[in-house]
Amino acid sequence: MSRRRLNVNPLDYSRKLWMRCAMGFTFFFLYFPIVALIIFSFNDSKRNITWRGFTLKYYEKAFNNNQLHEAFANSLLIAGISTLTATVLGAMLGLALYRFRFPMQGPYEGIVHLPIVIPEICLAVAMVAFFATVEVPLGLVTITVSHIAFSIPFVAVVVRARMAGFNRALEEASADLGASQWQTFWNITFPYMKPGIVAGALLAFTLSLDDFVITFFTSGPGSTTFPIKIYSMVRFSVTPEVNAASTVLIVITLALTTLALWVQSKSQRNESNA
Amino acid sequence: MPDTDKTIISVQDVTKRFGTTVTAVDNVNLEIKEGEFFALLGPSGCGKTTLLRMIAGFETLTEGAILIDGDDVSSVEPTHRPVNMVFQSYAVFPHMTVEENVGYGLRVVGTPKAEIDNRVKEAIDLVRLSGLEQRKPNKLSGGQQQRVALARALVKKPKVLLLDEPLSALDAKLREAMQLELVRLQENVGITFIIVTHDQKEALSMANRIAVMGDGKILQIASPKTLYEYPSSSFVADFIGQVNLFDVTEQGVAHGELTLTVDELGAMVLPGVDTNRTYHKLALRPEKIGVAREKPSEIGLVAIPAKLVEDSYIGDQSHLYFETPGGKSLSASVQNRDRDDHHLNKRGEQMWLYWHPAHFQPLSD
Repeated sequence: MSRRRLNVNPLDYSRKLWMRCAMGFTFFFLYFPIVALIIFSFNDSKRNITWRGFTLKYYEKAFNNNQLHEAFANSLLIAGISTLTATVLGAMLGLALYRFRFPMQGPYEGIVHLPIVIPEICLAVAMVAFFATVEVPLGLVTITVSHIAFSIPFVAVVVRARMAGFNRALEEASADLGASQWQTFWNITFPYMKPGIVAGALLAFTLSLDDFVITFFTSGPGSTTFPIKIYSMVRFSVTPEVNAASTVLIVITLALTTLALWVQSKSQRNESNA
Repeated sequence: MPDTDKTIISVQDVTKRFGTTVTAVDNVNLEIKEGEFFALLGPSGCGKTTLLRMIAGFETLTEGAILIDGDDVSSVEPTHRPVNMVFQSYAVFPHMTVEENVGYGLRVVGTPKAEIDNRVKEAIDLVRLSGLEQRKPNKLSGGQQQRVALARALVKKPKVLLLDEPLSALDAKLREAMQLELVRLQENVGITFIIVTHDQKEALSMANRIAVMGDGKILQIASPKTLYEYPSSSFVADFIGQVNLFDVTEQGVAHGELTLTVDELGAMVLPGVDTNRTYHKLALRPEKIGVAREKPSEIGLVAIPAKLVEDSYIGDQSHLYFETPGGKSLSASVQNRDRDDHHLNKRGEQMWLYWHPAHFQPLSD
């Protein structure tokens, strides 16, 4: 035992006992509430404090809740439209930032990435103030526009990072072989961008789907989204129905994130085989 | 070898400036004949790649014009120029198979499917990639990717094939094999090849004619042999192989022949050299120098005693570095014809160096 301890490098901290304890506690506090939430969604109890036995009836109840349905449909609609728009605009932005040198590029790059770093609450307040100024009534449209606005930089960052490894000679070769600029883009550049675009789109979709703060501020009457609906349900009481609805959201988000990671790692594997 | 005297590429007074300060290519004139294997040779940063990229159309000209087969292409997009390029990085499309890569240039211009299939097969056979048609580039070696890039360009039947340092990423053995293969290929297809390289051996062994570039200017255009044996300047002499340079102290004419005086060697008569020019240096290749223990008795040889200071053995040859009594450094290279004759080369030993004065190349700069 003492001999093994001598072999522990300063950077081998994952082998130190106290570090392993800290790691364990971190995981516990991070994931125990989520695990508990999922477990208690199967709890056969109205008040949801003590375990009373397994049931699926709250999933049934959640699935039959029309208001939840409507909120979920709103969320999907907003996420769908904002993802599509943000992906196209973000991919174009990412490509432009990679491709072109233009005056004030540095400051411009900083500014377009601002929505990633500035607190969401500030963004939300700014959005509301803006919509009030231009006199657009709050509702699905304002939520969607806001989601597009904050999703674009995420897509742009991912696409740009992808393009950093692109060999410009590929485009030159394509032009040299007689392809027009559009042919070159669709045959050569786009296939290379694709993993970045897919990853960016999935990121935008999950960001939009579970966004609360900005959505809360920019929503109006009749434009309740899934997270906001759950929040309003929790304000009355945390029933297993809320747990069930949350669990569904977790599963969707996890599935999409896994897909995004898988797409990325697959494309990386393909290229590193050379 | 060139079949005709037809000029296929004409570079006329071409200058390329980047910004206001950098002149990459400086007033270059160049005529390349149909069917030639032409090399642009020079150290890195001399403008050779920029010149090639201007011929391909990837760089605009600041001044001058480039004619391909008689047509001024200065303002023609690379897409529409009848030349194709093999890139230094090969630029093989990573998401396409070998076959798709080779056929790309035909597909994008709408060539009929049957014709594409025939020409792709022909091109793949030509570069000896048969059997690998369905492979993706990441499953190919560097040499094979190189062949894909070649086939992809040749399938377009260009008037001129441009090659930008095509062999620089290959290891030494493969590079030598590819040099021979490129020459064979060029003779087979009869297309004009223009290759950019910084490797003088590559240029000498492959090209019919070589243009040596330095600092954006063309310094000499000649056949490999002329370039090596009769360099026009000390830059060319020094860049192509090794050279010993002697400073000329006095120039005169005796009996209608040029005589140049060099420290320690005295006056040298150089028959058949233009007497009207001023010469500042004499160049002498190391392998033209003989090494002996005794002073050679033959008449008409230049001979000078020298001390061996360094002996660098490189297998087939040894490079010997000498110092003359006057302090001049000279290098000689000798073939190691016998396995055990290195007893000759003891450091500090006094020897005689000798050569025929006809091997001197007078230089004006």
